[in-house]
Amino acid sequence: MWDYVKLVVLGVIAVCAAIAANYARDLAYMVNAIEVMLAAGIVFLYTLRTMGEYRAVDQGEYLDSVVRAGAIATAFWGVVGFLVGVVIAFQLAFPSLNFEWAQPFLNFGRLRPLHTSAVIFAFGGNALIMSSFYVVQRTSAARLFGGNLAWFVFWGYQLVIVLAATGYVLGATQAQEYAEPVWYVDIWLTIVWVAYLVVFAGTVMKRKEPHIYVANWFYLSMILTVAMLHLGNNLAIPVSIFGSAEITVFSGVQSAMVQWWYGHNAVGFFLTAGFLGMMYYFVPKQAEKPVFSYKLSIIHFWALIFLYIWAGPHHLHYTALPDWASTLGMVFSVILWMPSWGGMINGLMTLSGAWDKLRTDPIIRMMVVSVGFYGMSTFEGPMMSIKAVNSLSHYTDWTIGHVHSGALGWNGMITFGVLYFLVPRLWNREGLYSLKLVSWHFWLATIGIVLYASSMWVTGIMEGLMWREVDANGFLVNAFADTVAAKFPMYVVRGMGGVMFLAGAIIMCYNLWMTVRAQPAKAGVGSAIPAE
Amino acid sequence: MCAKQVTKQPAKQVETTGHSWDGIEELNNPLPRWWVWVFYLTILWGIGYVIAYPAWPLIKGATPGLLHASTRADVDAEIKRFDDANAPIKAKLVAADLNAIIGDKELMAYAEPAGASVFRNNCAQCHGSGAAGVQGKGYPNLLDNDWLWGGDMEAIHTTITHGIRNTTDPEARYSEMPKFGVDGLLEPAQIDAVVEHVLAISGQEHDAAKAAEGATLFADNCSACHGEQGMGDRAQGAPNLTDAIWLYGGDRDTIKHTVTYARFGVMPNWAGRLSEDEIRAVAAYVHSRGGGE
Repeated sequence: MWDYVKLVVLGVIAVCAAIAANYARDLAYMVNAIEVMLAAGIVFLYTLRTMGEYRAVDQGEYLDSVVRAGAIATAFWGVVGFLVGVVIAFQLAFPSLNFEWAQPFLNFGRLRPLHTSAVIFAFGGNALIMSSFYVVQRTSAARLFGGNLAWFVFWGYQLVIVLAATGYVLGATQAQEYAEPVWYVDIWLTIVWVAYLVVFAGTVMKRKEPHIYVANWFYLSMILTVAMLHLGNNLAIPVSIFGSAEITVFSGVQSAMVQWWYGHNAVGFFLTAGFLGMMYYFVPKQAEKPVFSYKLSIIHFWALIFLYIWAGPHHLHYTALPDWASTLGMVFSVILWMPSWGGMINGLMTLSGAWDKLRTDPIIRMMVVSVGFYGMSTFEGPMMSIKAVNSLSHYTDWTIGHVHSGALGWNGMITFGVLYFLVPRLWNREGLYSLKLVSWHFWLATIGIVLYASSMWVTGIMEGLMWREVDANGFLVNAFADTVAAKFPMYVVRGMGGVMFLAGAIIMCYNLWMTVRAQPAKAGVGSAIPAE
Repeated sequence: MCAKQVTKQPAKQVETTGHSWDGIEELNNPLPRWWVWVFYLTILWGIGYVIAYPAWPLIKGATPGLLHASTRADVDAEIKRFDDANAPIKAKLVAADLNAIIGDKELMAYAEPAGASVFRNNCAQCHGSGAAGVQGKGYPNLLDNDWLWGGDMEAIHTTITHGIRNTTDPEARYSEMPKFGVDGLLEPAQIDAVVEHVLAISGQEHDAAKAAEGATLFADNCSACHGEQGMGDRAQGAPNLTDAIWLYGGDRDTIKHTVTYARFGVMPNWAGRLSEDEIRAVAAYVHSRGGGE
């Protein structure tokens, strides 16, 4: 019966999407509608072909197949995101790489949101969903709630990524940083995200453990807050039901403030809280040590959650934003320093007594460097939020460097560590194919990040100083083009850093592929849920 | 279960909380003291800061803070400081006779850096940050002594103030070259001949027979603006065709394109966007680049 309902719904969606494609008012909408039609059609055919088949589901086992798919998606989107990042880095250094024949599609303006979304939401998002599904099952000793709903979350999320990415290249954008997807993608993401919340919270609720593990607090806070941010910042009215254009309900400085309330907390909850959830499970697991301090985890969790949400205005210092809002954003950002570092302390101190593993285990080395970069960027962030510092750093490449030491160093490295941890376990393999390749990946990525961050500090501070330089009569000394010309060598260095980081990720993919293909299966293990 | 059992830490006195999730335990370590103190310090600093600076939104406005600080007031004060300091010299610059500015050391000491700044932020987009123009793209080089509309202070000042061929200023400098090819004013063969003539008078390799035919056509069609000898006419912004300086390029194909389709270079009027003292400063700056007359 359920299958018939599904078939009807999928059929209706496919037909509606075909009609929408026919009436489409712009190219991006038409292509998106065709994508929806194809997706619904494929699921329709799959449902039809597997109808009535007996599917044995062992409720006594963890649902790991969706985690496996998530691990593959994480690695795939990671490489895509890094590759686009390398392309746009070189487009900035060599503008002729905005090829004439590829216009108006593959220019910097359209590829840049493709890069940021691919890395944050496709790579980071898949890493979060995948790892949270793994962690919540283990730490709750319960199979994922909701049967195949987890699969709906996985495929629904991939559809969000594809719709958003093709939309960007074809010119559909909401023009809000990190919230570029247009209205119908936003609506679809809302549905998928609510399903994610149901799966995650449902699993936590049916847990066999008496307490909820700290990693799950972080994951859950991420899921809830991202839902709130997403709904708040994407309030918009479509111009037509058959077009991608829309009008945001906020305007002027209110729009800017809502945007950065969203944007900053996308960093705070998606890239910080969610990834701290990962850290709290995988670091003690890999180190085989207990978490350093339960008290610290409680205090820094609540302090982080409470303080982060107010810090957004520091993105709008010295703008139309009133001074009072600016002050509050800055004060909360500075107070946020120690709560952020609580996570770093808990991560690093968990290793006490196991520091020797840094020499022998490249995976733990990756996790430690990741936590180190986390600590560095959560110091740099509060510092840059101070108005006097911000007056120099704002709008410069320093911000880009800051974001990347967080994204490449913290989010990237911890995700790599998690993938190295998970793949042998998910596929029941005797360890990784090659630890030497992990070491190569580690050094390529680390040196790449250092090149990236230091070159951006140099250009950022340089252009900040050049922009503000005035002569004795108060006239600007440098033209904007002078600062662009001065940055060129550092742009090349940054691009090289990106190439190294990308190369490391490709090595990782090869290593993980060979782990699954060539490593012998581990005997006598399954993913059975422990009794109590 | 694929996870290995996490070993306990008997060496340390610290107890665990007694819970275990998938083999992960948590130690009951106290908060690091330095962490707590730095956290308290940042909170104390925060309290002090919100008392000192505008912070809490009220129904109307916000708490002003003990220091009554305002970023907008700071910027206004900074701008006013320079405006006040520069006011006397600006007044002198505006009052001065245009041609007298160049010889006045005091005025030039102000006008040249001021004009340079105005140039970099308003003119460099087309004329290049070094004022060398963009060769072959129709953006004139301002460093040489080849001027389309005149290179003395009066002429430069007029050009900047009103612009060239724009639709926003009725007093903009205006002239229009006919589209000889597109509008059928000359046959393709005739255009080829005129092009050979232009190549000839600019001292380039050419077909002498065609050039001779082109000379007559040039006299009939082009000389009204470019002059009998092709030396140009500044009253109409008609370029000199006998030198090696070309706005759009001087090779055979480019000249043919120019004659066929004509050119229509536009410059905005800067009156209204720049103040009179800024226009005078940038005029003096351009004049002093080497080509001023």
